[in-house]
Amino acid sequence: MQPGKTGRRRFLKESAALAGLTVGTIGSASGQAPQKAESDGEDFRAYGSHSRFENPRRKPSGMDPEHPGGGTGSGASLTPLQDSIGIITPSSLHFVVSRFRNAPPDLDPQEHRLLIHGLVDRPLIFTLAELKRLPSVSRIHFLECAGNGSPVERRNAKTVQETHGWTSCSEWTGVPLSVLLTEAGLQKAASWIVAESADAGKHAKSIPLEKAMDDVLVAYAQNGEAVRPEQGYPLRLVVPGWEGVNNVKWLRRIKLVDQPYMTHSETTQYPSIRPILEGKALWFNFEMEPKSVITFPSGGHRLPGRGFYEITGLAWSGRSAIRSVEVSVDGGKTWKHAELQAPVLRMAHTRFRFAWNWDGEEAVLQSRCTDEKGVQPTLTALAKIWGVNPDYFNTTLNRINHFNPIQPWNVTRDGSVLNGLF
Amino acid sequence: MACSRLLLSVMILASGVAAFSQAPTYHLGRTPSEEEIRAWDTVIGPEGKELPAGSGTAKEGAKVYAQRCARCHGPTAAEGGSTIGIRPAPPLVGGQGTLKTLHPVRTVGSWWPFATTVWDYINRAMPLFEEGSLSPNEVYSLTAFLLYRNGIVQENDVVDAKGLPQIQMPNRNGFVPPRPMWTHSPSNRGRTP
Repeated sequence: MQPGKTGRRRFLKESAALAGLTVGTIGSASGQAPQKAESDGEDFRAYGSHSRFENPRRKPSGMDPEHPGGGTGSGASLTPLQDSIGIITPSSLHFVVSRFRNAPPDLDPQEHRLLIHGLVDRPLIFTLAELKRLPSVSRIHFLECAGNGSPVERRNAKTVQETHGWTSCSEWTGVPLSVLLTEAGLQKAASWIVAESADAGKHAKSIPLEKAMDDVLVAYAQNGEAVRPEQGYPLRLVVPGWEGVNNVKWLRRIKLVDQPYMTHSETTQYPSIRPILEGKALWFNFEMEPKSVITFPSGGHRLPGRGFYEITGLAWSGRSAIRSVEVSVDGGKTWKHAELQAPVLRMAHTRFRFAWNWDGEEAVLQSRCTDEKGVQPTLTALAKIWGVNPDYFNTTLNRINHFNPIQPWNVTRDGSVLNGLF
Repeated sequence: MACSRLLLSVMILASGVAAFSQAPTYHLGRTPSEEEIRAWDTVIGPEGKELPAGSGTAKEGAKVYAQRCARCHGPTAAEGGSTIGIRPAPPLVGGQGTLKTLHPVRTVGSWWPFATTVWDYINRAMPLFEEGSLSPNEVYSLTAFLLYRNGIVQENDVVDAKGLPQIQMPNRNGFVPPRPMWTHSPSNRGRTP
């Protein structure tokens, strides 16, 4: 099917409708056969697509240093932050960290159910239609994988997609989990929930009840349409500000329990082994700390010549709203405040902008953000928190979760932009 | 209409604060049957309350391991394997003494704090792309095999629902805080405006 032809037919049909003609007459009037129904899927106006001159792409990713693109069963991919604009990530570019071979679970919304049981007075099972009748809210939140930027896998990263692409930001719509839990009637002994996915591996995660009752959403929509299959269609948890692993996709069950259930992810993958703890690991490190990164210019971009550039990037924190972002263009000698795009939302990506005149000399561009509790660390400051020399991050095979140091981009005289972290 | 919306919002906010002894407001959803709950209630907590009947030994588990697991995790379970999925199939045996080093090796023996998690993960998530295909007895015997290869149980020890939660894992005290806990940040209260 030629897009131009389809578009013209569609235009004729719509013009006819506007003019009060019936669609049936237009086929004979234009001398063309009526359009086949199946071609609607290819009609760029039936479900719009970007211009053919634009080509934004997620990039496959994994957690194996030797196979950074992911293995044969990896459903993981990184958001192209170098192309990001504003604060909303297009749903089709939202990062994915999941294990599915070629496609996410294909769940029929008519058949899908959400079970709430355990330490409740009234176990309940909901259809999607019933959930959509309940009071809903829409909120803008980022999601970020705890391992976003973990140097073990990203040491050779060149672009901001590779260094920071396991975060995205969407408007999520759904039922506050507190509404569902209240409807089921919490028993006094309930102190945690276990949320379970309907994916093949039945991913499950324990979350403290206090958080569950505070701001967690059972979301069925993302950016004005149904949640995408890779993002958990037809139903997922959104756990604002917390490690991505808590945001259980393809949600099918919530059990109220009196202790965390010590599932695979919370006992084996996500505890953080820290040298300062002498080989012990930090347990249940939920909140993502403040992080920012310049997305333009960033690794892989090439500045055509000296002159004016607007430096722009993203800042976010799982603990609060971003209070300020500072930018340095001289390797950290001086810092100046960047302009924040309003409104600045709690636990959402915050866009910052900074005017810059490049003099054509070598430059190091960095951003650092401050939330309500503190400032984003330098690599050296982060090393101190971990009880290591900064070299540690460049040599260890330990997975570094919550890796949030200031990211330098080196601009060379020919305008190339290179990762300056390692 | 505006009034009832406002009232609804107030009710929702109030319900979020008063966490206990609520009555239903919306009367949506239905009561699941005991059988429905039992069929779905498969995540195993550290007390093992959800474990099904069955048992197995390391000797039996060695056969299942060779058939169903060795391809990815290596012939002795200490090797690990090439990348299938997001990350490489990890080694399941060994690694003791490595957690303080530059190359911590996290295995069932060196790292996992609860034996129930081994059973739970094998049962629900393994083998990769053939999830849910193992019988309870096979899962008990595979769990026994991995515990045996890590020097935690004997080759002929019978592992079952009663005994599994009692097994002391070597790295049980390797976590800070020692008991899972979480404190809500005071600055993070409230909702996005």
